[in-house]
Amino acid sequence: MTADPIAATAAPPTQSVPARKPPRRRRNWAPLLFLLPFFVPFVLFTLVPVGYAFYQSLLRTERTGGTFGRKTTVFAGLDQYKEVLGDSEFLGSVGRVLVFGLVQIPVMLLLALVLALLLDSTVARLKRFFRIAYFVPYGIPGVIAALMWAFLYDPRLSPIVDLLGKAGTEPDFLGSSMMLWSIGNIVTWTYTGYNMLIIYAALQAVPSDIYEAARMDGASEAAIAWRIKIPILRPALILTGVFSIIGTLQLFTEPQVLRSISTSVTSTYTPNLAAYSLASANNYSEAAAMSVTLALATFVLSFGFLKLTGRKAES
Amino acid sequence: MSLLTDTAGAHAPRPASGTAPRGPRESRLSVIAATGFLVVIAVYMLLPVFWLVVSATKSQGDLVDSFGLWFSDFHLFDNLRALFAKQDGVYLPWLLNSLLYAGAGAAVGTLLSAMAGYALAKYRFRGREFLFSVVLGGVLVPATALALPLFLLFAEVDATNTFWAVFLPSIVSPFGVYLSRIFAAASVPDELLEAARIDGAGELRTFFTMSLRLMSPAMVTIFLFQFVVIWNNFLLPLVMLQDDRLYPVTLGLFTWQSQVSRDPSLQILSLTGSLVSVVPIVITFLVLQRYWKAGLAAGAVKS
Repeated sequence: MTADPIAATAAPPTQSVPARKPPRRRRNWAPLLFLLPFFVPFVLFTLVPVGYAFYQSLLRTERTGGTFGRKTTVFAGLDQYKEVLGDSEFLGSVGRVLVFGLVQIPVMLLLALVLALLLDSTVARLKRFFRIAYFVPYGIPGVIAALMWAFLYDPRLSPIVDLLGKAGTEPDFLGSSMMLWSIGNIVTWTYTGYNMLIIYAALQAVPSDIYEAARMDGASEAAIAWRIKIPILRPALILTGVFSIIGTLQLFTEPQVLRSISTSVTSTYTPNLAAYSLASANNYSEAAAMSVTLALATFVLSFGFLKLTGRKAES
Repeated sequence: MSLLTDTAGAHAPRPASGTAPRGPRESRLSVIAATGFLVVIAVYMLLPVFWLVVSATKSQGDLVDSFGLWFSDFHLFDNLRALFAKQDGVYLPWLLNSLLYAGAGAAVGTLLSAMAGYALAKYRFRGREFLFSVVLGGVLVPATALALPLFLLFAEVDATNTFWAVFLPSIVSPFGVYLSRIFAAASVPDELLEAARIDGAGELRTFFTMSLRLMSPAMVTIFLFQFVVIWNNFLLPLVMLQDDRLYPVTLGLFTWQSQVSRDPSLQILSLTGSLVSVVPIVITFLVLQRYWKAGLAAGAVKS
């Protein structure tokens, strides 16, 4: 497509109107004019920070002459990365979000898929109401959602803990064994509806005569869902999967908010929290190395996921 | 797709054979089971919101003492008055800051995305595919990964703790460009552009008077999603801002929440503040839902 751009743009007008000059010159600068307003800030605020983080991660700040000596910044190569990869707390935080993702993402996407299929089927009633109800949490900012659930987890305030207590169990939602799943619940609550809508929208885009034909063949609603709808939903499911993987590795807001009411969330609970804590302690180089490592891991995982799901589609 | 059209085609003649049974219709039992499940999930989704509404009407004392899921003495107006008066009325500026960061940021960002997506869809030039892959790479770079390096960069030019430190990075939306490209390819016909060119309309004029209008439903979608992304962005303002007059409302409420142990009255105020900040965004989404639904469809199908 890009092999011969000039021929492609200039060909049609010259034949019918020979007197008119092909507007070739005008079209050469027009795309640039359209692209620059986006690409200037994109370079400045996305690409440059990525490059800068990488550069920063190769440095090390040293103090010469004791704690109060002069600070000097020296090139340290990949030393910071060695530090990061040898940091057991950081590795622990990566392991934690991986476990989190392995459980939370399938649960959330399965729920979203089931809801979307039900809302698209002929079985459900009050569809419009449910669709709106499920999407409401997405309109609530992560900080506020976490604040709200923090109250609902807090045994002194929570009506839920109250009711469970009357039923004979007293779960400690803010204890260290439950905390990860308490966060998982907040994330699931916030994003299930959003993912459901993406899946639902993909279903709506399919012409309904396909289903009609299947029904005439005697296919049940379940068979239609399983044999026709789910295969059609592949791209939507992959899209939601990738976004969920990215979101999970970058987990920050929910644990940061819960930190203010529970000691179960340590300063290195998730990789992002660990990087943030390091930066707060002015250890920018190692924080940068951590951010880069995390971004790379995110990239590899989401890209690997795309490749994996893509290959399955071909076979 | 081919598989599906094959199936539909192969059996097309069958309806002619008369009133064959239209397949198993849903039984009463499955309707009840399905609807019951949907109700349970709806309760899960709405209960915390209901709790927030109920709590915002209570006094600090009742918040702790009364049952959380039902109303007690009505204190909403007292709470609102206290909310807007707290710390020399810092809450209203927070709300306006959020509207400015998210509203203006998403508006500018949507326009930039639309222009870039349009150029990538409708012009052929060298390096087009390369630029598009860079943009796609940008989609995969999470905003939280950029916050710390952005802070260091803004620190180099002494621009942290300013409005621009939060606003400028927010206008960049690679995902918006990606969606715009899909929408522009689908909704702006080449023939129309060719006709405009033959009529002598400049490229910019064509874009602003015609193409932009054709892309407008898609742009509402992009605007809404970028609005939510900026409104939700927490880490960037957290690292950039020290002056609480510049805070977006989410960061402000977070600082209140973390000071509850020192000032218990902040508990009811951060709840009331949460409710007040959530209402406009939920209403906007409900009002504009037909737009973002159309947009989601295109994004999900073409990816």
